[in-house]
Amino acid sequence: MDIAVILENTIRALFNAEALILALAAIGLNVHFGYTGLLNFGQVGFAAMGAYGIGSGVVYLDLPFGVSLLLGIALAVLLALALGIPTLRLRADYLAIVTIASSEVIRLTARSAELRELTGGSSGVNGFSQGFYSMNPFSPGSYGIGWLSYDANRFFLLVVGWTLVALCSVLVFLLMRSPWGRVLRGIREDEDAVRSLGKNVVGYKMQSLVLGGIFGAFAGFAFALANSSVQPDNYGTQFTFLAFTAMILGGAGRVIGPVVGAIVFQTSLVLVENVLIQAKGAGYISDRILESTDIGAVRFVLVGVALMALMIYRPQGLFGDKKELALDAR
Amino acid sequence: MGIVPGHAHPPAALRSARAAALALMALVLVLVGGTTVAHAVASGERVVGTLNNAGTPVEGVTISVERGGAEVATGQTNDAGRFEIDVPGPGDYTVVLDTGTLPDGVELRREGGERVEVTVRPGGSGAALFLLGENTNVASTRLDRAPQLLVGGIQFGLVLAMGSIGLSLIFGTTGLTNFAHGELITGGALLGYVVNVGFGVNLIPATIIAVLVGGAAGFALDRGLWRPLRRRGTGLIAMLVVSIGLAFVLRYLYLIYFGGSSRSYAQYATQSPVDVGPVGILPRDMVIMGVSVLVLVLVGLALQRTRFGKATRAVADNPSLAASSGIDVDRVISVVWVFGAALAVLGGVFLALSQQVGFQLGQNALLLLFAAVTLGGLGTAYGALAGALVIGVFTQLSTLFIAAELQVVGALIVLILVLIVRPQGILGSRERIG
Repeated sequence: MDIAVILENTIRALFNAEALILALAAIGLNVHFGYTGLLNFGQVGFAAMGAYGIGSGVVYLDLPFGVSLLLGIALAVLLALALGIPTLRLRADYLAIVTIASSEVIRLTARSAELRELTGGSSGVNGFSQGFYSMNPFSPGSYGIGWLSYDANRFFLLVVGWTLVALCSVLVFLLMRSPWGRVLRGIREDEDAVRSLGKNVVGYKMQSLVLGGIFGAFAGFAFALANSSVQPDNYGTQFTFLAFTAMILGGAGRVIGPVVGAIVFQTSLVLVENVLIQAKGAGYISDRILESTDIGAVRFVLVGVALMALMIYRPQGLFGDKKELALDAR
Repeated sequence: MGIVPGHAHPPAALRSARAAALALMALVLVLVGGTTVAHAVASGERVVGTLNNAGTPVEGVTISVERGGAEVATGQTNDAGRFEIDVPGPGDYTVVLDTGTLPDGVELRREGGERVEVTVRPGGSGAALFLLGENTNVASTRLDRAPQLLVGGIQFGLVLAMGSIGLSLIFGTTGLTNFAHGELITGGALLGYVVNVGFGVNLIPATIIAVLVGGAAGFALDRGLWRPLRRRGTGLIAMLVVSIGLAFVLRYLYLIYFGGSSRSYAQYATQSPVDVGPVGILPRDMVIMGVSVLVLVLVGLALQRTRFGKATRAVADNPSLAASSGIDVDRVISVVWVFGAALAVLGGVFLALSQQVGFQLGQNALLLLFAAVTLGGLGTAYGALAGALVIGVFTQLSTLFIAAELQVVGALIVLILVLIVRPQGILGSRERIG
């Protein structure tokens, strides 16, 4: 067991791109689920819209990088409208089923050979990130302190990304303090009460869906740029559920919840993975119990256990307020 | 990578032993260790295919494999026209036929046909199909293919119905949208595999054993997890999220102990079709359809005629009213779980017979199950059956008009459209949609 390696890898995971992507996706989910009570299980669909927006926009449509970003956002807004119109009038679990179905529709369509001219089919999109990294003001070299050191491009991505996380969080904070945010929370607690006050509930839900969807598209931007590639199979349902777990862990309905949740969640996954790898290397775990190649799968088992335990014993997560958050459907 | 599940899973013999160990522990370890070694040694990931021009194999053609635009492996066809090229690991590859090496007079059937996308699954091989020469098959029209697809669709629908009835009744009686139902199906397929291949029991008794164990598992799930949660007053949404967590736990435990490769049962894996009128049906598919119809009719009769069936429908309709009229709601729910899980296990074995056993079998079917249940009307048993048949037939027939890889997309789009027009589903009642 090499404790130093475990520590180093865990600390490196604190602010890495995975935590950043999860945080952005979870901020969007928090607007949907934490503040409005919308059960969106298709957040990855919005991320895919963002990712394919910049990827396909630059590579297949020859758009400038900035316009591709706008395309990604526009696609996410369109998706929110397309999902919301049929389902926002229905009960919560219908929205859940339709959103998860639509996110799979997006993935399967994007990877199909029919759309190879537009999405690259199953091999995805590559070679679009030049537009982003050419804006990098940092000269090549190493940035950061100690274990938290990154090369110039990664550092640029992380600085831009975490700044975006901060801006989104501030925006959510301000919005949720506004009368508009109070209506959203009212819808979460009791839709009929809000309706009886003359508010257009479906309209507010739609606005929430669009806003959270745009944050989802930001997560897609970060995911695409961090890998410099868009692979359709990275946009499967597990992405949504990781973000969902991160949000619940941090505390749904709290501004800081999804951000802290994403960092804590991602870091603990890396910690567990590294402890397992080291324990395996030191021979503490026999092959009969666990082979070293299965360690990646163990983290998903842990995701599941964490999700179950949180929902049963601490649905408010680390920072949530149980009184404020009545997690239930009608 | 935090977002992507691990893809590299070694196809070692030990794995199948461990698949068995998960369910039945030590005894199996000895049994399977010896039987699958030969299979495992040869199973590195590779790309395979056969070149055939009007019935004659084409030899000496260079085939290269690319990933992300870079060539990763290359090979040639042998005297049987066959090529087998080892690739570095599972994933998506582009297989390219070097048209310059084709013999004179042999040409690609259509332009651009020299590049084929192939997905190689962990421990498996991906088949690359290159079409050469004129099409010698009699051109099949849509009308010709329709009856065959219809039969395939009915079969798929019947198998889906095995899962959807349980899913729908569990929803009806407890309000739980069970996202772990797909893992019950996978569990059934794996359980059948363990008993069949691990213990060497013929598939038919193996299936019966699997169904019995599945029923017990359903009972255990209800008593061990869901009933305590109901007693605690856990909300429906919270329980839904718990079921997602459970699905994750089960799915990746399957992956750890069973591995990522697809496998076949020891019997009935390869058969030749029997002609019935205009369609050819595999004997096993006839049995699957026959057994499915029989089971579904029995379930229907039980629901319709027996006291218990009436109680079940009463609870599904209105739990509080049922409880106040003296029905033991908890007992009804337990029985629904037992039968729901047993049906899912049977469906899992049937599904695995046509699609192979793999840890994602049920996950892939889950959305179609939801589509079927929603289409039929949440909470109704007959609606779930009708919905499953519609979805099964629709996914198969849709391949007449759209690419086969998009058939699931078609079904899910139909689901979304139905929700716009008739949110309560075909047989659902209006007040359920709230």
